[in-house]
Order: sequence, then C-alpha cells, then structure tokens
Amino acid sequence: MSEVILFIQQLLNGLSLGSIYALIALGYTMVYGVLKFINFAHGDIYMLGAYFGLAVAGLVYSFCQLDKFGAISTHTFVPIFLGTGAVMLSAMIFCAIVGVLIERIAYRPLRNRPRLNVLITAIGVSLFLQNMTQFFVGAQPQAFKQLIPVRAIEGLGDLTVLSSQAAIILSTIILLVVLRLIVMKTKLGMAMRALSVNPTACSLMGVNIDLVISFTFALGSALAAAAGILVAMDSPSINPLMGNLPGIKAFVAAVLGGIGNITGAAVGGLIIGVLETMVEGYGFPQLRDAIAFAVLIVILLWKPTGIFGRVEREKV
Amino acid sequence: MSRARAILIGSFIVLFVFALTGEPVFSSRYAYFYDILINIGINIILAVSLNLVNGYTGQFSLGHSGFMAVGAYAAGSWSNHLGPAFADLLAGPHGILTPLLQPIGLQLALADNAVLLISTLFGGILAAITGLAVGIPSLRLRGDYLAIVTLGFGEIIRTLILNIDFLGAARGMSVRATHTNVFWTFGFAAVCIYVVLGLVNSTYGRGFLTVRDDEVAAEAMGINTTKYKVIAFVVGAFFAGTAGSLFGHFTGYLTPEGFNFFKSVDVVVMVILGGMGSTAGAVLAAILLTVLPELLRALAHTDFVPTLQASLESVIKVHLPPLQGLLENRLILYSLLLIIMMITRPQGLFGDFAGSRKRVRSAGAKVPDAELPGMAAATKTSRTPRTP
Repeated sequence: MSEVILFIQQLLNGLSLGSIYALIALGYTMVYGVLKFINFAHGDIYMLGAYFGLAVAGLVYSFCQLDKFGAISTHTFVPIFLGTGAVMLSAMIFCAIVGVLIERIAYRPLRNRPRLNVLITAIGVSLFLQNMTQFFVGAQPQAFKQLIPVRAIEGLGDLTVLSSQAAIILSTIILLVVLRLIVMKTKLGMAMRALSVNPTACSLMGVNIDLVISFTFALGSALAAAAGILVAMDSPSINPLMGNLPGIKAFVAAVLGGIGNITGAAVGGLIIGVLETMVEGYGFPQLRDAIAFAVLIVILLWKPTGIFGRVEREKV
Repeated sequence: MSRARAILIGSFIVLFVFALTGEPVFSSRYAYFYDILINIGINIILAVSLNLVNGYTGQFSLGHSGFMAVGAYAAGSWSNHLGPAFADLLAGPHGILTPLLQPIGLQLALADNAVLLISTLFGGILAAITGLAVGIPSLRLRGDYLAIVTLGFGEIIRTLILNIDFLGAARGMSVRATHTNVFWTFGFAAVCIYVVLGLVNSTYGRGFLTVRDDEVAAEAMGINTTKYKVIAFVVGAFFAGTAGSLFGHFTGYLTPEGFNFFKSVDVVVMVILGGMGSTAGAVLAAILLTVLPELLRALAHTDFVPTLQASLESVIKVHLPPLQGLLENRLILYSLLLIIMMITRPQGLFGDFAGSRKRVRSAGAKVPDAELPGMAAATKTSRTPRTP
C-alpha cells in the first residue's frame, strides 16, 4: 500500500470519527449559543442514546423476526433500512425528551444565576446520568446489535471503507442538511438565532424564550443520540462512561470551530477526528486522547474565538 | 505571636504527643478507623487548597487531581530511588545523626519521617512548578473555559504518566516506603489551613478576593489580576502535591487511574458543599464527605436494604438491580449533592464571604437613602471640629 493510499485511508477513518464529534459538537454549540454555558451532560446524552438504541434494537429484531447475528447476509435492504431508521429515530426522540427534561429540572431554576453555578449543576447532571445508567445496566460494556451488515465496500482498490463508516458519513451529511434547514428556514430556527444575538430584545419581540431553549436542547440531544447509535454501529461495544471523552472532545471541536457557530462545530468536529486518527496512525497511539486537549489549549491561547467565531467585546 | 500561629504550634504539639503515645496502638487496633482518619487529613488538604483557587480567587479549576498526581509520583519516585540513601545518610551506621539518636533508639523513626517529609516537600514543589506552567497560560481564560482547560491539563498529566515507563505507566507504581502517619497528614493539613487563611486575611490576600468579586474592576484599580490568580493556583497546586505524596505513601501503590477526573470532582464537591470561600466549610465538608460514603457502605450491608428492595419490588412489580449499588456508589450521592446544592443553596453549607459582605454593603447603602435625621445630625457634628 503506497503512502498516498495510506494517507487517504487515515483521512477517511478520521472523517467517520470526526462526523461523530461533529454531531455531538452541534449540541454544545447550540446550547452555548442560546444559554452561554457548557452543557457538561451532553456527552452522557450520547451515551443514553446508544443504550436506548440497544433496547429498541432488541424489540425491532424480535418484531421483524430478523436473525440476530451470524446469518446477517439474509437481510434484505428494506428491513435493514427500516430497522436502523426505527432505532435511530426512537433514540433521537427519547434523548430529545431527556434533554428537555434536564433543562427543565436542573438548568431552568438557575437561568439568572452566575454561569459557574450552571456549570457545576451540569457536572452534577453528567455524573448522575452516568452513575444511574451504571446502576440500571451495570458497569460492564455491552455488545450493540449489528444493525447493518458491516463489511468492506467493494471496488475501492486498496482502500478499506466499511459499510458502517459510509453509513456514519452519509447519516451525518443528511442530519447536517436537515439541521441547516431547521435553523435557517423555520420560525423556531430564526428564534434560536435571534436568542443567541440578544435574549432581552428577543423576548421583547414576543419570542417564547422557554420554548426556544427547550427546542434547542431537544435538537442538540437528538443529534447526540444519532451520534451514539452511529458510533455503536461502527464499534459495537457500549458502556455507561462512553460519553465522557467524546463529550469533551466534541466540546473542543465546538470551541475550535468557534463556539455558538453551527458550521464551525461541524468543521471543528471533522478536524479533531482527522487529527486524532492521524496522530494514532502515524506513531503515537498513546497520545490519541491528549491531542484534543492540546488543540483546546492552543486554540484558546492563540485564537479563543475559534475558526468561524466572531469577536465579542466584553461589556462592563 | 499571633493567635493563628499559636493554634498552629499547639496543633503540632498535640499531634506530636499523639504520634508518640496513641498512634501505634490506634493504627494497629483500629486499622479501619485509622484509614479513615488519614483520608480525612488528605481530603482536608485537598479541599482547603482547592478552595483557595475555586473559592477565594473564583477561578474554577477541575484539574486538582492532576497536581495531586504530580506530587504523588514525584514524591513516590523520590523516596523509592533516593529515600534509602538519604535515610542512610541521616541515621545509617555512619549517619550524621546516628551518634545522637542511637542511645535513645529513635534513629529508624527519624529516618522514616525525614524521608517522608523531604519527599512530600519535593512532591509539593514539583506540583507547584507544574501549577505555574499550567497556570500562566490558562489563567488568562475565565469561567467555564478555565474549567475545561484545567480538566484538559489534568487529563494530559494523567496521559503523560500513563506513557512514562519510569513511573510504571499503566502498571502503576508501588511506593516502597509507606510511612504516612497522622502527624504528617494533619501537620500538613494544619500548615495548609494556616497558609490559606494567612494569605486570604492579609492585605496581600485581598487581591484574591477582588479578583473573584470583579475582575474588571480589580484590573481598573491597578491590581495585577494574573499575578494573584497564578499565586493562588501555585499555592493550591503545592498543597495538592503534598496531599498526593501523603496519599502515595499511605496506600503504597499509585495508578494513573486513581487521579482521573472523578478524583477532581470529589474535591470540587467538598469545596462546593462547604461553601466556596469558606475554609471552615471546606474542612467540615472534607470530613463529612470522607465519612459519609463509609456510613452509606455500612448501611448498604445491613439487612435493611434487601428487605426494602423486596418490599419495593412487590409493590411496583419491577425487578430492580440490587439497591446496594446506589448506596455504595459515592458519585450518585455527589451528583445529587451538586445539583441540589446549586438549586437550593449555591453558597454552600457554611455560607460565604460574598454573601455576608453583600449584606453589609447593602445595609450601608440604605442609610443615606433613609435619610435618618439623627444620622444627618451626626455627620454634621462630626464635621464641625474641622471648620475653624
């Protein structure tokens, strides 16, 4: 395999990993846009999505009378597509509800308090979700059901692209387009954008701020759930702490792209994913988890507004 | 001699007497309670030192366990590699102090304690240097960004240790000399409390409080905010390092996993429960949160819990996982504490500086508004002597 092919291979792997980060980062960036705080519990929503997906996958399998493992080649296209769609949609809806509930119970009472208090609460929520999940499903990793047959796509020469990786990249593109449409073309999307510019003026214009914030949480959590399902398709082992590191890395991605900026979050996610795969692929696999933090430190010191962020003057 | 210094010296005398008389019996007969006692001491150091950064200076750090790790590993490898030689130098057959100590039979005890003291100081200093290196770039950031960056540094430190073979990497490192005792643990705790209180209550230390209360205003008044933030950070890191060293010499075994994000959260919970900016609160919360998980664990192993579970399951007709898990997992308790505290009592159990001073300020502000006749007269009379 030549160097170039190897590089392209790493790039593709990085893009599929980066898609996951991008999907999670969108939730961080949207919540930051409207509420100006880091929703620390966002990574755990992603974990909940994967677990709920696992539960639904069990139901779907028994309902559709599909084979569990092994005889996966007998699947035809339609049941695979419908089954995966059902799992993903239900997980997205479930997590959207969870996200809204968390905002309602834990964050809303703190709406006008110092941001630090909300951050501390968010850490508390994150720990609570992790440990309650651990209590209910146990700490040991669980195997995720194979939703689509995972195999290398043929006809790409030396490149190995797994069907799951292709599914991740495709689903991410679809979700990003849908999100773009929601944010740019719907009234709620417009309200979200308005809220991120000026909350006071926004409420004076008759926007129901509570509704918009709930909607933002629902949207972000649904994307995180989708990321959870997609990652479980690719590496089918899930555990209650799986949201920790991807959550923080996705946050780094959001900062890298310019927090509060939706395009930035997507681009930042892809960059982090590619960087991480490159670092791992070219000789430093142990430093894989540290690279995101290094990026964060560099970006905050060098250009704290991120790639697409705009400079905000601090008012006294 | 100030009152604080008298208390410090007094507590050292008490500790010394305990070390000579009670400690050997206590540690062997009540090993479990001795463990808890040492852990309380270590947690007090951690909580009080983090409170200087998070509470008094208002710079929310989530990387305390990273500095603890630096201290623990530095001190551990110091006493592993240089400790025996140092002990020999002091109290070996040809040691400097041997002629003095041989007759009273204390040379071994002295050598042990000297190694522990020097390695703990070494760990603390290395942690402080790390704190300086981390603090200078990251303290330019504020609020939640700082929290994430310190978390990041904590994780980077952990990842680095995981990759350094000299420190045992993922296998962990055993610390051969396990001599942490009540004297040094609480001695360092007392010094930590003394230093933090001394710093904060000095004219100098007002800088910390101004940085917390209003950074922009402090800067406008000509206070070098970065300097104060870095000092608080370095002092906090130093004591975190000493706590790490004491921890390492106590358990005798270090793994990078022991210093992960959740360890930082432990300390943060103590600071928040006690009240940010209250040293007494931090001390009490450290005691409370060391003892409470033990009590809950004891509760989990009584007959009461299975009985409760059986009756609960017969009512709701759902099979639940063993409820002991809920009680034994301290993080569930901590997470609920964090959420409930922030919603109901964000100033912590023991109130805080900011709240009490705000009351004073608002009371002072009300006086001119009310225009009390007596007050006006008082101000007039006080001015009269000035006019000739």
